[in-house]
Amino acid sequence: MSADPALRDAAIAVAGLVKRYGRVDALKGVTFSVRAGTTTALLGGNGAGKTTTLSILLGVLEPTEGDVRVLGVDMRRDRLAALPRMNFTSPYVDLPRRLTVGENLRVYADLYGVVRPRQRIAELAEEFDLAAILGRPYGTLSAGQRTRVSLAKALLNGPEVLLLDEPTASLDPDVGDRVRTWLADYQHATGCTMLLASHNMVEVERMCDDVIMLRAGEVVDQGSPAALIARYGRGTMEEVFLDIVRGREDDDSAAAASREIAV
Amino acid sequence: MNAAGVALKPQTGPAASARRVAALIRRHAYLIFKSWPRIVSMAYYPTVTMVLWAFVTVYLAPTNHFLRDAPGFFIGAVLLWDVLFRGQLGVSLTFIEEIYSRNLGNLFVAPLTLTEFVLGQVTMSVIRALIGVGFACLFAWLLFGYSIFSLGFPLIAFVVGLLGFGWAIGLAVSGLVLRWGLGAEEIAWAAIFLFAPVSGVYYPIAILPAWLQAVAVATPSSYVFEGMRAVLLDGVFRHDLLARALVLDAAYLAGGAMLFAASIRHARRHGRLLQMGE
Repeated sequence: MSADPALRDAAIAVAGLVKRYGRVDALKGVTFSVRAGTTTALLGGNGAGKTTTLSILLGVLEPTEGDVRVLGVDMRRDRLAALPRMNFTSPYVDLPRRLTVGENLRVYADLYGVVRPRQRIAELAEEFDLAAILGRPYGTLSAGQRTRVSLAKALLNGPEVLLLDEPTASLDPDVGDRVRTWLADYQHATGCTMLLASHNMVEVERMCDDVIMLRAGEVVDQGSPAALIARYGRGTMEEVFLDIVRGREDDDSAAAASREIAV
Repeated sequence: MNAAGVALKPQTGPAASARRVAALIRRHAYLIFKSWPRIVSMAYYPTVTMVLWAFVTVYLAPTNHFLRDAPGFFIGAVLLWDVLFRGQLGVSLTFIEEIYSRNLGNLFVAPLTLTEFVLGQVTMSVIRALIGVGFACLFAWLLFGYSIFSLGFPLIAFVVGLLGFGWAIGLAVSGLVLRWGLGAEEIAWAAIFLFAPVSGVYYPIAILPAWLQAVAVATPSSYVFEGMRAVLLDGVFRHDLLARALVLDAAYLAGGAMLFAASIRHARRHGRLLQMGE
């Protein structure tokens, strides 16, 4: 990996990533890099390998083969050197439900070693409009409130790399829009590198500098949203997405895709 | 200070490890200490069991020279048994609690080592044991005038010997729950009772059939309870029994830790750490 300067200098770089579960190949030699300070979307249908890739990047899933580097750290050998500088949020991973929002944030602030935890929690509470619910048990919150708390948890340590698994899943358009704004503001302010798995193509077009398309465990295309839309001759990323997940990269039947989206 | 204006403490070294273990303890302390029903439930069973055996002692003491000479024979035994039970349960339940709350994923993407995670578990088991058995000890003194501290210094040795064994079983159970999911949760409650007959909590292991004695010889808790009886009945602290208990504890702890570590590795290979939940 180190022979390729692009991979070596990237905030996130994976090369030849393979993950096998028995006879099933979840990833088949995935290679990509994410430039520092950019937002990149990892797109693909269900089972394409997005969550598998994110899990490997976080070091909670062991790849069968391949190299994984985050902030220059080999995650297979020394993940603990990178984890304090990164963070993660997913609607599929919870926080303890009987602890209050404030208690949850305090525990994670201590785990990450935040120097002034109360001050940082107060900042995030203001940023994410959490002040009124800091004393409420996490389990009593609405989906939108939980998402805001999870995002606050993910930003506690001021991460340089943020991995987001469907950050706006199950949120109403208002909350979803606010979340996207918060993330964009955070990146603008800090130069954070973001990699997000999403099924929301509007989100991808709005937030992402680059897109990596996965299908059946392989990278099948990548580029900026505008470049992909132009390359496929479509009007939106959603049309491009359908073309790619349905294996129609070489099929110029735009009308068919448009009809399906309309339906 | 990083680009977000957040300063982080050093991430390596003993102080960083201690801070992360303290964060795990804080997480469970929040849960325990703001819920009086939770504290009552921890103290309830050891206290009720102690009361039952205390009344058995009151009933039998007039006609039984063992109990006349050593009135703490049963009460001391039941309190020490609960040290073992709470020690094991504390480790297992601390882990299961993370699965119930679907929090394992967040913990394992935080800069937390497996050793720190286990240290958090065993510290919580000590706290749970202190709460549960502490109340029972208090009531034994208030209601029956029996102080577990009458065992003297050997009490500390017995508690250490029993906690070590409890942690070993607790780690093994945590590994089984991680490997086979919450379907294996019942093992957390039942596992230690497999060792009750061969621990000789209320009787010397010499009364067991020969084949069970062979099992008892390989069980650390049997030496602790033999040692307790030596203190109560003969007034002698048997260092040899304690040494055997501690050596066996070390072996069981190594086994429990290896099983738990193997289950974590299995979970890492099969992507279960982010998925584990109710």
